[in-house]
Amino acid sequence: MAGIVSWGAYIPKYRITVEEIAKVQHANPNSIKNGLGLVEKSVPGKDEDTATISVSAARNALLRTNINRKEIGAIYVGSESHPYAVKPTVSIVGEALDIGNNYTALDTQFACKAGSGTIQINAGLVDSKMIKYGLSIGADTSQAEPGNALEYSASAGGAAFLMGPNEEAVATLDATLSFTSDTPDFWRRALQSYPAHAGRFTGEPAYFKHVVGATKNILEKTNTKISDFKYVVFHMPNGKFPLRVAKIFGVTKEQIEPGLIVKKIGNTYSGSSILGLTCVLDIAKPGDKILVTSYGSGSGSDAFIFTATEKIIAAQKAKVKTTEDYVKRKEYLTYPEYEAHMEQIH
Amino acid sequence: MFRKSPIIRWRSYGDRYKLHGHKCTKCGTTYFEKKGMCICGNLEFSEMDFSGEGKIISFTQIHSGPESFSEMAPYCVGIIELKEGAKITAQIVDCKYEDLKIGTEVEAVFRKFYKSGEKGIIHYGTKFIPKL
Repeated sequence: MAGIVSWGAYIPKYRITVEEIAKVQHANPNSIKNGLGLVEKSVPGKDEDTATISVSAARNALLRTNINRKEIGAIYVGSESHPYAVKPTVSIVGEALDIGNNYTALDTQFACKAGSGTIQINAGLVDSKMIKYGLSIGADTSQAEPGNALEYSASAGGAAFLMGPNEEAVATLDATLSFTSDTPDFWRRALQSYPAHAGRFTGEPAYFKHVVGATKNILEKTNTKISDFKYVVFHMPNGKFPLRVAKIFGVTKEQIEPGLIVKKIGNTYSGSSILGLTCVLDIAKPGDKILVTSYGSGSGSDAFIFTATEKIIAAQKAKVKTTEDYVKRKEYLTYPEYEAHMEQIH
Repeated sequence: MFRKSPIIRWRSYGDRYKLHGHKCTKCGTTYFEKKGMCICGNLEFSEMDFSGEGKIISFTQIHSGPESFSEMAPYCVGIIELKEGAKITAQIVDCKYEDLKIGTEVEAVFRKFYKSGEKGIIHYGTKFIPKL
């Protein structure tokens, strides 16, 4: 199968704390922090959107490798906050990356799994030899209605993966499958500025059914056990849900913590599970097996099994900013400043 | 006033998106925008890509800018000397004016320039941030 030849992450500099939002929502910040399992979230700069975040993550992915970028035959950008309703984000990204014109490109949308799904698409194109390399990107500047519970977690960031031949991979893609159903847990109608959700319904019949379903299926299909994995990443709408899934499968703290980036930056939607993957790729050693299961409302989960190769050592040594570099770079905003930033994403 | 047609800016995507430049084939002087003649008198240039790294040689803060940039105000603008020698005027973002100095090292980032009103095209290009 195809594999990950390179990876890149990007998280905007700005943050707002749960305390700052709770002041405006007249809520108890400790109760929110305990309930959601996060303390702050990333906020896009006034001049950042899904296109700019995608370019930054993809440039980091390309900096880590010396491939001829004209050999990239496909780019897909998954997001639920594409800047235009009609006009692709991906062509802006392709132009900024200077990969020429000979590539196929699409924007994808499937709530928070729009990015992970593009890894499957490019893996298929590489395996069928239709392309040599393909860029898979997931990024969002997530929307949340002021006063809504989503406001505490909806954040901004993205990740990019250069998919290519297995022999060039820093992590081979050993298996992938999906679990999908029509489940109305979270949606945003056309021309609406903010998404709506079905409250507690977003839990058991939605997130948990699909994440557990996809994870169970891939373990059975590949005849693997949770203990075979060095790292495990589940989609992170908050800091609590992935830990509950971890408990179901007997995932240890050592396996789940390295990718649990939601605690520090919130839910980056299409960037969420795949930023968990970049956290893990930043530190993985050759031979480490990685399990990733994304989730997109509406609903579906993509599960992946990767194995890090010897090539990951050189890729980690490349002079490229890591996910942690971006997590550490931060400037806090007051709520009025945050409002001014968020006005620019619509 | 916003220009209604996106075409004029589209013509400069190569320079603005990717920091393409021009290098004198005789003395090696680099330019961000194409010149008719180099300072050495040579008329021929080769195309090149800038690394995006540079340092600030002058900067200021804009409090009341043109309508297209009003959403960003107050914002910093500077003259950046790129590692390859060419100079470019650009916004410097993700920083406070007080934190900048002449000589501060910066790196290029891809950002939104402005939106042509509510219905128009969103324009993108290169800005700079203090080096991480």
